[in-house]
Amino acid sequence: MLNASLKELSAALAQGKISSVELTKLFLDRIQKMGALNAFITVDAEKSLAQAGAADERIAKGDAKPLTGIPVAHKDIFVAKDWLTTCGSKILSNFVGPYDAHVIERFNAAGAVLLGKTNMDEFAMGSSSENSFYGPVRNPWSRDCVPGGSSGGSAAVIAARMAPAATGTDTGGSIRQPAALSGVSGLKPTYGLVSRYGMIAFASSLDQGGPIAKSAEDLALLLNVMVGFDARDSTSIERPAEDYTLDLDKPLSGLRIGVPKEHFGEGLSGDVGKAVEAALAQFEKLGAKRVSISLPSSGLSVPAYYVIAPAEASSNLSRFDGVRYGYRASGYRDLADMYRKTRAEGFGAEVRRRILIGTYVLSHGYYDAYYLKAQKIRRLIAQDFVEAFKQCDLVIGPTSPTVAFRIGAKAADPVKMYLNDIYTTPANLAGLPAMSIPCGFGNGKLPVGLHITGNYFAEARMLNAAHQYQKATDWHARRPAGIEP
Amino acid sequence: MNWEIVIGLETHAQLSTASKMFSGASTAFGAEPNTQASAVDIALPGVLPVVNKGAVERAIRFGLAVGGEKVINRRSVFARKNYFYPDLPKGYQISQFELPIVKGGEIPIVSPSRGEIRIRLTRAHLEEDAGKSFHGEAFSAVPDYAVADLAVPDVPVVDESRDLRELSAIDFNRAGVPLLEIVSEPDMRSAEEAVAYAKALHSLVRWIDICDGNMQEGSFRCDANVSVRRPGEPLGTRCEIKNLNSFRFMERAIEFEAKRQIEILEGGGKVVQETRLYDSDRDETRSLRVKEEAHDYRYFPDPDLLPLEVSDEWIEEIKATMPELPEAKRKRYVSTLKISPATALQVTASHDKSEFFERSLGAADLGMFPTAPQDIALTIVGDLAGFLNEAGLDFAESPVTPEQLARLRTRVLDGSISGKSAKEVLSEMWAGKGDPDAIIAAKGLKQISDSGAIERIVDEVLAANAKQVEDFRAGKEKAFNSLVGRVMKATGGKANPAQVNEILKRKLAS
Repeated sequence: MLNASLKELSAALAQGKISSVELTKLFLDRIQKMGALNAFITVDAEKSLAQAGAADERIAKGDAKPLTGIPVAHKDIFVAKDWLTTCGSKILSNFVGPYDAHVIERFNAAGAVLLGKTNMDEFAMGSSSENSFYGPVRNPWSRDCVPGGSSGGSAAVIAARMAPAATGTDTGGSIRQPAALSGVSGLKPTYGLVSRYGMIAFASSLDQGGPIAKSAEDLALLLNVMVGFDARDSTSIERPAEDYTLDLDKPLSGLRIGVPKEHFGEGLSGDVGKAVEAALAQFEKLGAKRVSISLPSSGLSVPAYYVIAPAEASSNLSRFDGVRYGYRASGYRDLADMYRKTRAEGFGAEVRRRILIGTYVLSHGYYDAYYLKAQKIRRLIAQDFVEAFKQCDLVIGPTSPTVAFRIGAKAADPVKMYLNDIYTTPANLAGLPAMSIPCGFGNGKLPVGLHITGNYFAEARMLNAAHQYQKATDWHARRPAGIEP
Repeated sequence: MNWEIVIGLETHAQLSTASKMFSGASTAFGAEPNTQASAVDIALPGVLPVVNKGAVERAIRFGLAVGGEKVINRRSVFARKNYFYPDLPKGYQISQFELPIVKGGEIPIVSPSRGEIRIRLTRAHLEEDAGKSFHGEAFSAVPDYAVADLAVPDVPVVDESRDLRELSAIDFNRAGVPLLEIVSEPDMRSAEEAVAYAKALHSLVRWIDICDGNMQEGSFRCDANVSVRRPGEPLGTRCEIKNLNSFRFMERAIEFEAKRQIEILEGGGKVVQETRLYDSDRDETRSLRVKEEAHDYRYFPDPDLLPLEVSDEWIEEIKATMPELPEAKRKRYVSTLKISPATALQVTASHDKSEFFERSLGAADLGMFPTAPQDIALTIVGDLAGFLNEAGLDFAESPVTPEQLARLRTRVLDGSISGKSAKEVLSEMWAGKGDPDAIIAAKGLKQISDSGAIERIVDEVLAANAKQVEDFRAGKEKAFNSLVGRVMKATGGKANPAQVNEILKRKLAS
């Protein structure tokens, strides 16, 4: 059951082979066993089992939908009613959600069970899940290594089979990079497809929620639940509902795969490059055609990203001021002192750093040189993809320049850490859908991720390619040593 | 050499929508603290703003009124103005910065010294209001209030052991209320002109039904930028005066401030650019903060909101619902109804008043009495306005109907009653004694306009006053007035004086 696909679990529930309560207990036990990974911030068996009980009734009534009764772990960035929702931060360490995020509403309506809230980099700022008030998440493949971030908890949960499905959010690679480093599949949809309502904002113009799971097929089922128009999010896109499972089995003959030369240059670790090359060869075997393309501005994506994201974050995080909710420092002299102490004590070092960067780049006299220039680069990066998609259907390359690194290895060097995002940030800046799937192992027998970028709303095409690849390979089915079924 | 005062005004007009600028919470005034503050208004984690279409529509109405479709930006952008203050829940205010919804336009005013002039507008933009802070004693007046009452029940902010009087509290009912900030060019040259502009703007926003104009409740608030200079010289250093919550205070504050600046300059000093607060109790302005202390608001486009797109079709739809504007009405009254410019200005000072006037006209026979418009307008802005003012009523609430007023003035114009009697009849109508004709009949105020009857009385008076007739014929003009008086007395004051004059003149000349 722990290794079963969502389709298999759904069938087992429908056929009465297992109840949702039993399934939920199974995973709750598993979560307890894998506690050392520190992948969850909050687990509440009572609440989860109550939901599972309700799902069982629904199944008994014949009212089940594809995900009814299936436990789902949510990144602790999604506000859930009556659940502690911390965003990995001390400043929200006492914040109990008074409402459900749109994503949570959608899963509730589908009858899924909220299995717990997963650990993450504080306010989704990080590429290692080390920046959490609740301590670092450990990579199930090697516990001395990071699982990637910021959705590292959700990725580790899938890798260690602590949940059959999870959600994450991706601002600069926060779904895809941990999926790559933890050997699982993750997808960031086209900006606007998944409502941001109730998803605690990091950088509003880049943030997008998405699923993390064991396979492309599972991602498709999860995406069917997560995608949908929401009038409460002004950037939500209204378009007819799509069934992302429909195209999974289409053959790949004629598929044009663009391989950007910029993503295979300096900085890419040899072991990762080798695995990605092998995956490209596999796609050719499946009938796809390889096209060499160029994304000339992609080298500027990290600098542009680290101006725009902190700028928006510096403003988005202003609401955490100790006045209305959340942590408030004690022993302050006056209002300014209350703000200063609350925010200095309530935010971790990386969050403070990004607030400072963001405040700086928006300041009078610097706005044009940094923020406006970064916005121009953003348009150039989007334009690169417009040109690229004239020559190909999907852009494929590595997700991350290296496999998972050791906890603490890059903590002292933020720029080194930021360069982890070099292949993932362009999709956020352009608003394009992108995913990562396992494609082999590199140094230290750690997983390598394959990055697939599609054109706007081409999720079905991406999932189709990924599914065909996963049918022909078994990288996605591999499990970390010591992780028993 | 004289000093010239230069004034520009920034006005915040609260738009009359039922819900807030970016949330569904009510905007009704006077509710219990924090009962009209939604998750969006108190900036809970994860919530997002959604633009209120009604507020945008009202901003478009304003644009159409001050400059037509050409001053309405088809694409405007919401921006964040970042600063920390406890009554600003998000830590930023959503406003418009580089691309406001209205750019340009003008407000016609009548200046006491320069006559009809037009005050240019720089811009008008949409934004949200902040909450309201209570400190110390003011807070202790609402001791039940605590942030813990809001949507996050588990987080008590107020420690029970502390003296409430040491604390501050915030009411977020106002947070997110939609505002239109209207910025004028520095086109005004006296406190009177600033007040005339503010009054014209105040009348206009109510006229086009976008703001209730209630200054006590803060629905219409003005800040003034004041500087002084020698005529012809470049603009001097300006000070911004806040807290001008009545027209009277505005006039006094500007006068005080201009005098203060002139004294500094004449003493060889320099005006420091700063924000000053008007204290109406002491009738003075005092420094709030100097420019160096001014915030860097770090404006940037709000990534939660898409650029605001306004289509030509929508503007056309709104245009079709616009009332005739005060200036157009004023011009039409002067040119087609032959009303004096001064009376036309008065009768178009508010929409209610001009509505009342037009309904009165509808009940009058303009063919028979071409001077009726001027006559009716004068009565409206004079006697009737006097009654209403005293009773604190609007024209829409007048117990005297426009139709009744028209009938009353028709009785004057057709000679049935004298102007003096008309005032008496209006008082009775105001007191609810009914229709003017009934009152005239009951009080016996009808004039004798039967020329045969008047002639008979004139003959009698002439026969009985041979001395006065002789004096008049000898050139003593005063004797004529004496004869008029005697005729009026003989009719008990009911004879039409114009007719008496005319008949008497004819008889004496024969």
